[in-house]
Amino acid sequence: MTATTPTADERLVDVGRLRRLLIRPELGSIVGAVIVYIFFTTRSDIFGTVDGIANWLDPASTLGIMAVAVALLMIGGEFDLSAGVLTGSVGLMTALLTTRGGMNLWAAIFVTLLAALAIGFINGMLVVRTRLPSFIVTLGTFLMLQGLNLGLTKQITDTVQVGGLDKVPGYHAAFKLFSSTIKIGGSDFRVAVFWWIGVTAVATWVLMRTRPGNWIFSVGGDVRAARSVGVPANRTKIALFMTTAGAAWLVGTITALRLTSVQANSGVGQEFTYIIAAVIGGCLLTGGYGSAIGASIGAIIFGMADKGIIYAGWDSDWFKFFLGVMLLLATLTNSLVRRFAEEARK
Amino acid sequence: MTGTDGAPLLEVRGIGKYFGSVVALKDISTIVRAGGITCVLGDNGAGKSTFIKILSGVHPPDEGEYRIDGEPRKLANPREALDLGIATVYQDLAMIPLMSVWRNFFLGSELTRGRGPLRRFDVRAAKAVARRELAEMGIDIRDLDQPVGTLSGGERQSVAIARAVHFGARVLILDEPTSALGVKQAGVVLRYVVQARDRGLGVIFITHNPHHAYPVGDRFLLLNRGRSLGDYAKADITLAELTRLMAGGAELEQLAHELERDPTTAAAGQHLAADPAADPAADPAADPAADPAQPATGSAP
Repeated sequence: MTATTPTADERLVDVGRLRRLLIRPELGSIVGAVIVYIFFTTRSDIFGTVDGIANWLDPASTLGIMAVAVALLMIGGEFDLSAGVLTGSVGLMTALLTTRGGMNLWAAIFVTLLAALAIGFINGMLVVRTRLPSFIVTLGTFLMLQGLNLGLTKQITDTVQVGGLDKVPGYHAAFKLFSSTIKIGGSDFRVAVFWWIGVTAVATWVLMRTRPGNWIFSVGGDVRAARSVGVPANRTKIALFMTTAGAAWLVGTITALRLTSVQANSGVGQEFTYIIAAVIGGCLLTGGYGSAIGASIGAIIFGMADKGIIYAGWDSDWFKFFLGVMLLLATLTNSLVRRFAEEARK
Repeated sequence: MTGTDGAPLLEVRGIGKYFGSVVALKDISTIVRAGGITCVLGDNGAGKSTFIKILSGVHPPDEGEYRIDGEPRKLANPREALDLGIATVYQDLAMIPLMSVWRNFFLGSELTRGRGPLRRFDVRAAKAVARRELAEMGIDIRDLDQPVGTLSGGERQSVAIARAVHFGARVLILDEPTSALGVKQAGVVLRYVVQARDRGLGVIFITHNPHHAYPVGDRFLLLNRGRSLGDYAKADITLAELTRLMAGGAELEQLAHELERDPTTAAAGQHLAADPAADPAADPAADPAADPAQPATGSAP
C-alpha cells in the first residue's frame, strides 16, 4: 500500500459520474416525481400547463416547508409528531389574540412565533434531558396541543372554530406577505411557493455548507461518536426541534391568513404526511442521511398526486392509496440505489 | 530516532487506581518519549482499559504521579488531555459511518470561512487538507466523498490516526487498533503507527498480541491483573520472552507440560503460547468487551 504513491485522483475515474449521482439521497424522489408528472400529463390536458403547475404547487408549498424542516430533524435522528397540530395551534392563537384579545395582527404573529419556538424548545429539552425516544415525547406534546386547541377554542368561542381574521387591522399587509398570489406567465402562484423555495435553499445551504450542517448529520448518524469529538449534540437537537416549530409557525400563519378562519382540529394528522414526504425524499428513518431538496421533491409528488387525481377525473378517495404506493416505491428505490452505490464502491 | 533518547512526553510513576475495594491498577510505571512507541500488553482484565482512561483524563489516578512534559499534572477531563496534545483513538473510533471521509475528518473542528450568518464550512480547503494529511501518512483513499462506512477496518483506523495527528496530537494513545482486524489489515495499521512515530509523536500502543507489539515497540509494559509484570526496553527482552510473560509464564509451562503428555496435541502448546487463555471473571475490573483472541500467525510487517 505504501509502495504505490497515493495518486487518488487517477482512481476517481472508475467511481464515475453516474454513481456519484446515484448516491445522492434525492435520486429516488426525482425519478418518482418525473414518473408521476408524465403519468398525470397523459391523463389530463391542464395538468402540465402553467395554470396546472400553479395549482399543484399550492398544496406542495406548505407541505414542502414542513417537510424540509422535518427532514433536517430526521437527519438529526429525531421525529416531531407535534409539528402538524402545532400549525393549527399557531393559527388558532393568532386568531384568538387578534379577534378576541384585540391585539394588533403583527404583534400577534410575533407572539405566536415566540410561543411556537418555546414549544420546539420544550420538545427538544425533553428529548435531550430524558433521553426518551422523540417519537414518544412528541406524541405526548401532540396530544396535549390537540387537547388545548379544542378545549381552549370551545371555552373561549363556544364553537370549534375562530373566524374573522380578515376584519382585523393589518390583515391586508400580512395577507400580502404570507398568503397572496403572484402572477407569473398569466397564472397565479401562491406566495407560499416562494417561502418554500427560500426555506429549501437555506436548509440545503445549512446542511451541506455549514458547521451546524455537519453536526446535524453526525448527531443523527452516531450521537455518542459525535459528542466524543466535541459536537454540541444537545444544542444541535434542540435547535432542530425549534426549526421544526418555526416552520410550523410559518405554515400555520400562511394557512390562517389565507382561510381567515381556523378550525380547532386544523393540522391534526399532517405530521405523518411531513415524515412521508421526507422519507420519499431520501431521509432514513434511523437518521444521519437525507436531503432538504429531496423532502421538497417529496412534497411536489404529494401536490401532483393531490391535484392530478382531480384533474384525471377520479374520486379523490384514491389519493391515500396512491400515496401508499408512492411511499413504498420510493423507499424501495432509495434502499436499492444506496445498496448498489455502496457495494460498487468497495 | 530510536525512542530511547527523545524527550519524555508522558511519564507515570507508581500509578494506582481503586474502584471501591477492587484494585484495578497498582504501582504502574512507564515512560513515553517523542518518537517512541510504548506498548502496553495484557490479557483481558489486566487493567489496560483503566490505564488508558487514566492517561486520557477520564479517571484521575488514586495514587502515584502522572507527568506530562516533565510536569506533574492532574487532568480533570479528556478535553484537558486533548488540549495538552494527548489524543486517544478508541476501538470504536468516533467516526460516523454514513458521513464522508472529509466530513468525518473535520467533525467537531470544521474549517470555516466568512463571518456572521455567512460563516460557512470551507469545503474545498477541508477536502484539500484531508487529502494532504492522509497522503502524508501514506494513506490512499480513493474518494474522499465516500462514506466512512464503506472503508475497511484498517482504513478507518488509519483515518482516525491521521485525524488525531492533524489536530495537534503529540501523544497518540491507540486502544487495541489491531485487535478486530485480519492479518493483512493489522499490518497496514502497524505501518501507520510507525509513520506517526516517525513524525515525532509519542505512541502508546495497547494490545494483547505480542506479535503486533514487538516489531514496532521501543518499550513494553506488561500488565497482569492490575499489576505490572515489568516495564522493559526493547534491548532487555526478546519476543519469545514477551510472549511467555503475556501468556502467564509459569501457568503456561504447567499447561504445556500437561498437554505434552499426549504427543498428538504437543504442537498445540506452542499455539496457546500466543493465544492467552482469558480469565476475565477473576477480575471485576475486566474490560467489558471480551476481545476474540488473535491468531498468532506472523502478521507484523
